[in-house]
Parts: sequence; structure tokens; C-alpha cells
Amino acid sequence: MSARTVIPFGPQHPVLPEPVQLRLTLEEERVVEAIPAIGYVHRGIEKAAELNEWVQNVFLVERICGICSFLHALCYCQGIETLLGVEPPPRARYLRVVWGELHRLHSHHLWLGLLADSFGFESLFMQFWRNREMIMDLLEMTAGNRVIVSTCTVGGTRRDIAQEQASEILRTLDKVQNELDKLLPVISNDYTVRSRTVGKGVLPKDKAIRLGAVGPVLRASGVAQDVRMIGYAAYGELGFTPVVEQAGDAHARLLVRMKETYQAIDLIRQALAHMPEGEIITRVRGNPRGRTISRVEQPRGEVVYYLAGNGTRNLERLRVRTPTFANVPALVQMLPGCELADVPVLVLSIDPCISCTER
Amino acid sequence: MNIITTARVKSPWILHFDTGSCNGCDIEILACLTPLYDVERFGMINVGNPKHADVLLVTGPANRRNARVLRNLYEQMPAPKVVIVIGTCGCSGGVFHNCYNMLGGIDKVIPVDVYVPGCAAKPEAIIDGVVLALQRLAERSESKPALAEALA
Repeated sequence: MSARTVIPFGPQHPVLPEPVQLRLTLEEERVVEAIPAIGYVHRGIEKAAELNEWVQNVFLVERICGICSFLHALCYCQGIETLLGVEPPPRARYLRVVWGELHRLHSHHLWLGLLADSFGFESLFMQFWRNREMIMDLLEMTAGNRVIVSTCTVGGTRRDIAQEQASEILRTLDKVQNELDKLLPVISNDYTVRSRTVGKGVLPKDKAIRLGAVGPVLRASGVAQDVRMIGYAAYGELGFTPVVEQAGDAHARLLVRMKETYQAIDLIRQALAHMPEGEIITRVRGNPRGRTISRVEQPRGEVVYYLAGNGTRNLERLRVRTPTFANVPALVQMLPGCELADVPVLVLSIDPCISCTER
Repeated sequence: MNIITTARVKSPWILHFDTGSCNGCDIEILACLTPLYDVERFGMINVGNPKHADVLLVTGPANRRNARVLRNLYEQMPAPKVVIVIGTCGCSGGVFHNCYNMLGGIDKVIPVDVYVPGCAAKPEAIIDGVVLALQRLAERSESKPALAEALA
């Protein structure tokens, strides 16, 4: 047996925007073991959510993760609405789909760029991020802020999308799709992309299910599971099939996310076309009592909120299971056997969101 | 301005560290580097090594676990250096002010030169903050003790 080296990958590393540490045990260039060390961005949001009133928590849970903030708020609001027995008006449900899918669109662009950056494909990174700015402009136009949009609230949404804004969204989405059409051949056929991703970090179907992987990681291993299929918000009324790839390697995960950007564009178009007229918020009375579980499909996978209310203004318990947490066991299984140079690509291939995971 | 100061201010290298932000400000810092805002035209480059960096961008409030890492990074940066805090939670704790694991703003751990508030801070505000910090960097670079320390 050759000598073993332990390399601390992180907490501050150029490829990681967030601090997490992987202790990599190497035999020459090959990874034998990877142990994640977390806690660098733990804030204690779950406890803070018990101290705040349940209305204030909408703003707190949005800040669990800045990339998919709207979907965190959506998941929390759906849970509270179940406890209070409130049904949001139809227009609000469609508006939630629009903002939710805009978030998925910008998150996937962000990730596709970061992955290209992780293997040194700078120009592809820049292309995706240039494209992403168009979506950020849409978020700013409809919500007034680029990242944390704060449009979702208990009982509906806080803002409406006017007719002119809707047509501007459609115009911009056409441009985004045009740009994506140019990038799709690069993602699927380019030599550099293929040589760094094909066959790397293979996660077979049975293993993916056993390890409890979620989201694009699971779908890239051939399992057609997407929480949007349960039809929360207005997804039940929109046409939609989950994107599935069979290979289970980093390239399959890349393709799943690339195709989901098209899917998100399509869903926004459908939602805007079928959006009913009417109110955007129902009045909410009383305090939440009882327990419930709320699930939403985020860009990274399924997020689960457990809420327990006792009829007061404060929640008894708020528990969040985020998609990255579910995907870390899969990552730890993927890493042994790969080369050190592939570690950044594999770590990014699950699209880690550490601030979600540690809260 | 002497030649070293001129060179320094014309190409400030940036180190970015996240101490527990929600990622909102982090992705806005990355957005600054990409084609629309393109801070590389001011000579700013995002580097991964604290020993190469002149400017430290910190996002998020400090917590008990990463305060040590943050102090370590700050101490590894050669003088003269400036620290910029991006986002409301890094300035004061913000929405996380009552969380049990929080120490509060970044200035509880290391000295801060420029505060950029906002949740999340917009790229324009971040660029503005960096330009403000560069004036501070020029002053420090001109002052004799800092220069002696940098050349030592």
C-alpha cells in the first residue's frame, strides 16, 4: 500500500463560493476517502424561527438560501396555509409558478456557469452568466429586488404581474432561449466538457435510491421523481414531465439541468398564458395549530419543511430538510476512486448549497 | 502617488470569503465579475489565495466556527490591505441578529473599512464599495509604516 496523504479541501477554496471542508485521503492522485466537515455557515435559523412570529418567518426562511429564496418562502407559506386551512387564490398560485420557475432558471444558469468554471472553461462560464443577467432583470422588474424577491406570503403573493410585464417576460425568455440554443451543443458535444464529465462520479440507479438522492442527481440516474408532480401551486394544471437521463454520471447531471432550463422557460410561458384574473391574496385569520409537512421542488431537489404550531403567534418547531443535505451521502460515495483534479467537478455536480444545508 | 501605490490601486486583487451569508451577496459578487458589470476592466481579479490579495470581501455575519478561519485569512493577507463587508447581515447581523450561533457583524472579528448594506447588495453598490476602499488602500500604501511592512 502506498503512502496516504490527507488534503483539506476548503473551507476557503477558489472553486467553492461557500465554506465547507472535505478531508480527502489520497493514495498518490486517487481519492480513497472523503469526509465532509460542516458548520462554517451555521446560523441557527430553526431556533430563530421559534423566537419570531410566524408572519415574520417568511422573511427569515427566504434567507436560508439566497439562490432559491422564493422556493423556501413558498414551501413555508404552503405549510402555514395547510395549518390555517387557507387556500390561496388561483392567480396567486400561477404567480408562484412564474417566480418559482424564474428562480430555477437563474439558479441553473448560475450552476452551469460555475461547473464550466470548475474545469477552467472560462468563456462558457461568462456566457451563462451573461445570459443569467437577463433573468435577474426580470426578477428586478417584477419584484423590485434581484436576489431576495420577497413576493410570496401566507395566503398568496404580495405583488402582481401586470400585462406589460408579462409581455416583457415573454420577450426576454425568447432571447434567453435563443442564447441557450447556442450553448446546448457546447454542453452536449464539446470535447472539453465531455472529457471532464463523461463517466465521472457515476451513481447507479439503485444506489441513488438507496442513498436518498433527490432532484437532478436522482433524475440523472434514471429515476423520474420530481415533487412538482404532486401538483402544488399550479403545477397540477400545467403540462409537465420530469427530465430524466440514464447515465448517472456528471455529464448526465449537466444535461438534466440544461434541459430543465428549457422546461422552466416552457412552464413560465404556460403559466402566463393560462393565468386567471382575480385576487392575489386571501385574508388570513388565526394562528397555526397542528403539524404538517410541506414539500417543494427546488433547483437542487426536494425540500421538506416540518411545521408544528400550537395556536400561538410563535411556531413550536420548524424543521427544514434541504436537498443538498440529502445529496451529501451520494457525493461521499461518488468521490472515492476519482482523481484529485476531478474533485471540484464532482462536488459541484450535486450543486451544493451549504447555506441551505447548515442554516 | 508613487509607482507602487499606482500599481496597487490599478489592479486590486480580491479575496472573497463567505462567513454564513445566504449566498445572495456571494452570487452578486460573482455577477460583478461577469460580462454585464465586468470589474476586470478596473483590474480587479478574484483570487483564491489570501497571500495574493489586497482586498478582502466578506459576506455574511460571523459565527463561532468561522471566526477563526476569517481571522486566519485576514492575517495571511500582506499589508496594506482593506476589508469590505457586503450585505446587511455582515454589517450588523441583520435578519440573523438573534440566532444563537452568531457573533454579530464582521467588525466583531476583524477591522472593517467599508460597509456595503443591502439584502442582497446590488452589484452596483458592491463596485461602489470597492472603489471607496481603493482610496483607503492608496492612503495606506503611501503611509511609511505600511510600506515598510509591505516591503519587509
